[in-house]
Amino acid sequence: MKIILFIIQKEFKQIFRNKSMLPIIFILPLLQLVILSNAASFEVKNIKFSYVDHDHSAASRELIRTFQSSDYFDIIAEFPSKKEANLQMQKGNVDVILEIPIHFERNLIKQNYTNLSVSINAIDGAAAGVSNVYITQIISSFNQSIKMRLQIYNQGNEVQPENILTIPSFWYNKNLNYKIFMVPGILVLIVTMLSLFLSSMNIVREKEMGTLEQINVTPIKKHQFIIGKLFPFWILGLVILTVGLIIAKVLFNVPILGNIFLIYLFTSIYLILILGIGLFISNHTETQQQAMFIAWFFTVIFILMSGLFTPIESMPSWAQKVTLLNPIRYFVEVIRMVMLKGAGFNDIKSQLVIIAIYAFAINGFAVWSYKKTN
Amino acid sequence: MKRFIGFVRKEFYHIFRDKRSMFILFGMPIAQIMLFGFAITNEINNVKIAVLDKSKDTETQKIIQKISNSTYFDIEQELSSESQIEAVFKRGKVKAVLVFENDFIKQLQTEKNAKVQVITDATDPNIANTISNYVTAMLQNYMQDKNKINNQKHQIETQTQLFYNPELKSVFTFVPGVMTVILMLVSAMMTSISITREKEMGTMEVLLVSPIKPIQVIIGKVFPYIFLSIINAAVILLLGYFVFKMPIEGSLFLLAVESVLFIICALSLGILISTLSNSQQTAMMISLFGLMLPVILLSGFIFPISSMPLPLQIISNIIPAKWFIIIIKAIMLKGAGFSIIWKETLILVGMTLLFISVSIKKYKIRLE
Amino acid sequence: MVFETLQVSIIIMNKEKIIQVEKLTKTFGNFTAVKGITFDVYKGEIFGFLGANGAGKTTAMKMLIGISNPTSGKAIVAGLDVATQSDLVKMNIGYMSQKFSLYDDLTVNENITFFGGIYGLSRKQIKEKSIQLVEELEMQNVANNLVGALPLGWKQKLSFSVALLHEPKIVFLDEPTGGVDPITRRQFWEMIYTQAHKGTTIFVTTHYMDEAEYCDRVSIMVDGVIEALDTPKNLKQQFKVNSMNDVFLKLARNIE
Repeated sequence: MKIILFIIQKEFKQIFRNKSMLPIIFILPLLQLVILSNAASFEVKNIKFSYVDHDHSAASRELIRTFQSSDYFDIIAEFPSKKEANLQMQKGNVDVILEIPIHFERNLIKQNYTNLSVSINAIDGAAAGVSNVYITQIISSFNQSIKMRLQIYNQGNEVQPENILTIPSFWYNKNLNYKIFMVPGILVLIVTMLSLFLSSMNIVREKEMGTLEQINVTPIKKHQFIIGKLFPFWILGLVILTVGLIIAKVLFNVPILGNIFLIYLFTSIYLILILGIGLFISNHTETQQQAMFIAWFFTVIFILMSGLFTPIESMPSWAQKVTLLNPIRYFVEVIRMVMLKGAGFNDIKSQLVIIAIYAFAINGFAVWSYKKTN
Repeated sequence: MKRFIGFVRKEFYHIFRDKRSMFILFGMPIAQIMLFGFAITNEINNVKIAVLDKSKDTETQKIIQKISNSTYFDIEQELSSESQIEAVFKRGKVKAVLVFENDFIKQLQTEKNAKVQVITDATDPNIANTISNYVTAMLQNYMQDKNKINNQKHQIETQTQLFYNPELKSVFTFVPGVMTVILMLVSAMMTSISITREKEMGTMEVLLVSPIKPIQVIIGKVFPYIFLSIINAAVILLLGYFVFKMPIEGSLFLLAVESVLFIICALSLGILISTLSNSQQTAMMISLFGLMLPVILLSGFIFPISSMPLPLQIISNIIPAKWFIIIIKAIMLKGAGFSIIWKETLILVGMTLLFISVSIKKYKIRLE
Repeated sequence: MVFETLQVSIIIMNKEKIIQVEKLTKTFGNFTAVKGITFDVYKGEIFGFLGANGAGKTTAMKMLIGISNPTSGKAIVAGLDVATQSDLVKMNIGYMSQKFSLYDDLTVNENITFFGGIYGLSRKQIKEKSIQLVEELEMQNVANNLVGALPLGWKQKLSFSVALLHEPKIVFLDEPTGGVDPITRRQFWEMIYTQAHKGTTIFVTTHYMDEAEYCDRVSIMVDGVIEALDTPKNLKQQFKVNSMNDVFLKLARNIE
């Protein structure tokens, strides 16, 4: 125990001595939390809308006004021809082109039927899907109101159309504030990345510098050395978590409905797992460069397959199984459940058990494969 | 020149001899693009929902049938009372609950208006909003079809044409995105680390006192990575084309030139980072930790830039990856020529020149 | 022939053997770096372990200090088997590598504290030791400076002292004076002598043949085998030359 304290003391001194690393460890992550939490929205708004009106009738103008009054669309331009509009879409200046055919109004009233054509830039498939839904909704409600007026005009000898009213209700997050969702998630990423990168570089750095050999000729025990080296990063992870939670609460007003100690309990075990992965990487590489590459590879996979940015449910089933091996997935789940839904110990028990077993296995393996001799 | 070639050759040996690094350099980008190409999507598919049908009539049965037939939703559970909703959300599997009101069919036929409540678990507001929209659209479609049978007048028929990506495949946005992330991080990270490594090991001084010019030292160190990154870019594009059926509508030559430009831009950022850091550790933390999240989040790779708050839209302009993503999507999907993407190209060129000139300035200061 | 005279001298000197090496072998894949070497080192002597680059001396030394497992053979260091009791061996030895291996980003005092700590010294012992050590090295003015900023010669002297912190029975020095100026080298050897007088056994590898002259006994390794082992004086007589440098050259040439 006494020996471990000497190592911890040394590690802390080295961390705090490296002046160029301090801002990277303490300021960069929190700055990222503050800035990037604002970026992660799938909300589709400010859709760049344009139209080609061949009809120039009262009805066509009214239709365009309906789009104008919607929050989702920014009317960028009216084009004289479809050709010109298409060119602008190719340049990326517009996302949607509504083409109103000639005799739009006349056909609508007299022929009982008319058509409209809509072109959507679908490079971003998901956003295009959502734009399409908005456009359909606007046109159909416009259609509905036209029908109503014409029917009243026709003295109601028509059957009034039936209608289903959908009432959306968003639980746990009434205003669909995506920051409430993203801040805890990005906090998880930052805590994970920081502790994984630092720990995976740590031992291999001593290997590269030649100081590890000096340590290996001392009678120090494997576990003393490893605990001593990793403990400072464990503390560091918890410190970043704490500051991050304060930022989440104060700056972003993210609710913390559940017991905050559950988050700390989970994080403590989670960090042991992440540090174990780092240790494992460090053991099996020769240079910091290799270690970083492997850490980078896993981080990108962990981040993109965590369900934080894209839904896990939409993945093919084999990929969903892969996410079961992803520690970030569990942490994101737990922090969201506890903070936003007020989940209790029983609700997160299964995640806790999985992470604990995982941590035990990885660390056992890492310590076992760490060799003082070769 | 001969000396310089010798130096470049030495750098190549360094890199290619290290089998493990080679494996990482080539294997990992391929693994990532395959994994993400197949797995990552922000489409809504098979979302688990629950139904609370208080009416249980022929109409609600038909609607539920229609919803469960769609690929978007799987009906996981039928609830019997409102009090169960809280519990299913807490367990976290079900993302939305549809509540049909009492006497649904009667309301529809006599009042012409029936209500469906769409309760979503909005802890993930992005998904909640999409689910809500999809359900609304499906119900509207359903009623439109139904009313049409009843011979409706004054009907507007909308024909929608989806340009560039008619099947709304999200893989078309993810392949360019992953390619950009890989090229950016690999190039910036590799150069910054390999240069600081020489500094840290003290071998940089040896090189600097040799008759090779400092600029040659840097170019010599970077050159192999340009080569490696080009191979990586080519492999990713081939996988995109053959495995994920990404179209390449535009000129292949233009695509190649733009990719090389972006690689050089990322490498010069790497050089800049190496002039700012005194140890490999610092270089790595800046290039990895400092770049990873901004490149993923602010480049438009996953989240549309147009939805971001204005300050972030402005900040996103300094992310080279943003411009490259615009360029390659335009070339591959829209078949755009240089006349359409010259502006973005110019920005990348400008950034590259900026990174290089700042590095040279910093470098000179150090030498004096 | 050589070994017979050696056996005789052991009996005559009747000294305590502190390192006993018997048919020690190390194989990497199909390359044998150390081919069954056998020798003893006596308590309190300065033992020079010489050989050209790649002769296998570093590999052999790594087995003796317990960071490399022997493929076969046996080595007893301070009465302990390196293969099975390596942690106990490590309690009894000090090591200074050719690559400077204190922490550049810690101060002189912090390095002393750290290494003292992991050898299990108490805080009080460490404090006393550091005062004494800094005084002996005349480093009072730089005790709180980062080690990275010290001149190489000072660093080497400091690492030697740090290797002695826990008062080991044997110190292994792997090319301790590489790249150091002649004056510092001289001072360094004075430190070695002082330590040897206190009864510490010194096991040293070196490239400098003039340093070999300072050793009590010298072994010369060529291609994984110990080709000669005796006092410098006897070796010179045996090979009929005037300096250790010539002994070395003669041996190397004979092999080719």
